Amino acid sequence: MSIFSKHLPAIHVEHHKYTAECPTEKMPLPDKLYISMLQHIGAPCEPTVAVGDHVKVGQVIGDSEAFVSAPIHTGASGKVLSIEKTMSSVGIWDLIVTIAVDKKQEVLEDLSPPEVTDKESFLKAVRASGVVGLGGAAFPTHVKFNPKNPEEVDTLIINGAECEPYITSDYRTMLEDSELLVNGIKTTMKHLNLKKTIIAIEANKEPAIKKLSDMVKDEPGIEVFTLKSVYPQGAERVVIYETTGRVVPPGKLPADAGVLVSNVSTIVALQRYIETGMPLVSKKITVDGNAIKNPKNVEVLIGTPINELIGFCGGYRRVPKKIIMGGPMMGRAIYDDSIAIIKNNNAILAFDEEWATVPKETACINCGRCVKACPMMLMPTTIFKAYDKKDVEALKKLNVTLCMECGSCSYVCPAKKQLSFMNRLAKQLVAEGGKK
Amino acid sequence: MSRYNQGTLIVSSSPHILDNINTTRIMLDVIIALVPAFIMSGVVFGPRAILLTITCVASCVVFEWAFEKVTKKENTITDLSAVVTGILLGFNLPSSLPYWMAVIGSFVAIVVVKQLFGGIGQNFANPAITARIVLMLSFATPMTTWPLPKQILEASDAVTGPTPLGIMNMGGNISELPSKIDMFLGFTGGCLGETSAIALLIGGLYLIGRKVIEPTIPVVYIGTVFIIALIAGQDPVFHVLAGGLMLGAFFMATDYATSPLTTKGKIVYAIGCGILTMIIRLFGALPEGVSFSILLMNILTPHIDNLSRRKIYGGGGKK
Repeated sequence: MSIFSKHLPAIHVEHHKYTAECPTEKMPLPDKLYISMLQHIGAPCEPTVAVGDHVKVGQVIGDSEAFVSAPIHTGASGKVLSIEKTMSSVGIWDLIVTIAVDKKQEVLEDLSPPEVTDKESFLKAVRASGVVGLGGAAFPTHVKFNPKNPEEVDTLIINGAECEPYITSDYRTMLEDSELLVNGIKTTMKHLNLKKTIIAIEANKEPAIKKLSDMVKDEPGIEVFTLKSVYPQGAERVVIYETTGRVVPPGKLPADAGVLVSNVSTIVALQRYIETGMPLVSKKITVDGNAIKNPKNVEVLIGTPINELIGFCGGYRRVPKKIIMGGPMMGRAIYDDSIAIIKNNNAILAFDEEWATVPKETACINCGRCVKACPMMLMPTTIFKAYDKKDVEALKKLNVTLCMECGSCSYVCPAKKQLSFMNRLAKQLVAEGGKK
Repeated sequence: MSRYNQGTLIVSSSPHILDNINTTRIMLDVIIALVPAFIMSGVVFGPRAILLTITCVASCVVFEWAFEKVTKKENTITDLSAVVTGILLGFNLPSSLPYWMAVIGSFVAIVVVKQLFGGIGQNFANPAITARIVLMLSFATPMTTWPLPKQILEASDAVTGPTPLGIMNMGGNISELPSKIDMFLGFTGGCLGETSAIALLIGGLYLIGRKVIEPTIPVVYIGTVFIIALIAGQDPVFHVLAGGLMLGAFFMATDYATSPLTTKGKIVYAIGCGILTMIIRLFGALPEGVSFSILLMNILTPHIDNLSRRKIYGGGGKK
């Protein structure tokens, strides 16, 4: 590993953490919830309720037989109005269960903490909690926590890097739910038989580092690790390398390197279920961007339409031209602000015309800034030239499939080339070329 | 509240924020970095040096504009790359060169080397260097007639004589060589922009400070020249200060389009430049070899790039 210095390549991106000091506010119940049946990587859920049914808080409304999937719950009581196929924010057809909220908030009668005694019952509880990777990938947590090589996995990394600009919801979680977080870590370590936990937090979150360090100083095996405030420290492979020096080979999972990585919000949601029996029905969301009147952190029910969430933040200050689900580096631009919040949302950002304009591309000047920026040490400029020629063999040699689409290459490009997007297309081309 | 959807929202691929760097800004930094040497050329060689560089800049910009107009390509003169090429070409000429020859050089640089190969970023060789070599082969005498620095106190014009490397090449008397201080400041014969090591050094450090270039190529190139001179039993400081090395190492060899992408590649490329420069200086018929060595290494750059792919994260790549 001599080629690696102590750190992987990274770039400096302005933090824009304007909402860091905004304590989370709870949003009042919306009139309707639009709950998607596909909020995770894996098989979509089938609705377990029918139109006209009365549902209560915490009730399962969608589930699947498939292993890689996670149940979906409602966070409000009310009546199921409709179950319809709609185009989701991800651009695929998706079943949406619409619930007319009765605002009585009747809680499900048998909602009680699950019995967790051993690994098996723990994993069952993880699945029942509906928790998926809340850092963004939405991979079902019960699958991640059940690797093929449990005896080789010894370390849990809690990802509190939050390297995306603007987003502060994980930071607020670390400050506001620190008790749940530390207890969640202890529960997970105990049942998965992990010796060590590293809570990785970027240096720009001093108060969270201090608070958690104080809380875990007498906990054996748990430590807080301060990451540099650069992008993308929170990417899974990067955070593993920075905290443990371990490398996850291309095509392998973190478990193959003996680690599990979990976002802070994931652990908090899991522990909340284990302590109270309340599954994942709400999320902390950072609402920010220069088109938002009152940027803040909001706790919101999953299924709340984005425009109502923005309405709670005072509405638009300027005409929005781009609305992003997630951070500005990796988030997804949405085409309609009436779609609803899903489990892995952590921010909604709205920008006016000035910010949203996509700059004109100019010719590549071969400056190599993208090559220097890539945390996976790929060569984006060479990749895009190979993609231009549709040269699948060259793309394979360039290992384009290792690209995690962090956007660093596009960010630093003086020619404003959409390199990250080109990599995405190249990955697609390789996947299709591989099938032939 | 009103709803915003397809008609009004921009949907584009992430990332949604970008650094505010652009090609024009980079070229502007290079121009700023060349200003000290530009001023020194005027101090050393008089107003004609300034006018010759301005001629090159103006004709480069006009050729770029005209070529793009004729071929109906998008106009790119605002990216300032033609201005940079013009300044560099001017710097590589003796201050006494007739203006019309400078215009021909500009044509070669912009039309033949840059635009015919696809414009900015596509050229395989450095336009200014190639143009200089074409001029040297076409107009050997005016291209190797070196006006000596104006004696600031005396007003004698048009005195010519050999460059320091020329003196060395002719097996000349060491005592005829200018002092190190004169060479460092630039009061020696030579191309109008290459003589002042201090001015070029200031510009080069500015570019490194602004992160426009990495120190790799200049440091390795100059270091290689220094070491070979030392091994050959010659004065290494003389070789570092003489000829076009400072200009070449900081401003010509670092041209993005014609130098390798990776650090490993850059090291190989810069060592190659250094070795070739010294071979030409020590054994060649020509007194100076910076232009030829950079041109030769420019041509090798795609191969160096192919051979110096860096190891990716995880070290994989067996496919």
